[in-house]
Amino acid sequence: MSHKISQLTDPSGNAIRSIMKNRKTTGLISGVALGLCAVLAGCVQVSAPDKPIVINLNINIKQEVVYRLDGDAKDLINSEAEIF
Amino acid sequence: MFEFIRKNKAVAIIGGLALTAIVATPVMAQRDPAYAAARASGAIGEKSDGYLGYVTSPSGAVKAMVEDLNIKRKAAYTRKAQETNSTVEQFAFTSGCNLIMRTAPGEKYQAPDGSWQTRSSSAPMRDARCP
Repeated sequence: MSHKISQLTDPSGNAIRSIMKNRKTTGLISGVALGLCAVLAGCVQVSAPDKPIVINLNINIKQEVVYRLDGDAKDLINSEAEIF
Repeated sequence: MFEFIRKNKAVAIIGGLALTAIVATPVMAQRDPAYAAARASGAIGEKSDGYLGYVTSPSGAVKAMVEDLNIKRKAAYTRKAQETNSTVEQFAFTSGCNLIMRTAPGEKYQAPDGSWQTRSSSAPMRDARCP
């Protein structure tokens, strides 16, 4: 069985070498891709904090709402003066 | 009419004051005397959330009166909040801004830090969000 060595494991390496030769550019591209992956992996490693990021817009929203409701509030206070 | 006002500034001012009095009088007249007295004495005051609060430990009568008024206020705020697509809390807060502004000198109101203040002739301390 030893005379029947698989193409891929052939020590002469014809099969593999020919593939590599034929795909020099492919090799280059995959090298660049690997490099990018490494860079990207570096970026991804900046992990998100455990707690969710909360931006409190409560004050801004409320002030807008207060300005919008001001006229109605004044109307109410005037129309139901006995409880105010 | 406008020429008349321009020529008679003093008359116009007096007229304006008289108009204000006419508008303001029913507001004062409609308050229950016991409520008006409790306000004037400083036993109760206007909170920043739009409701009445106790400045000093209230008697049973004052407590019942304030609770009744606050329930009526909440009902009114709830109705208006629905009309204006806002929350009861938002409408109550906006009303609180106005109610504190309308306190008379000597009456109590709640400052943004939660402390009770006596209204002076100058502007009251109100939340930064108040218009």
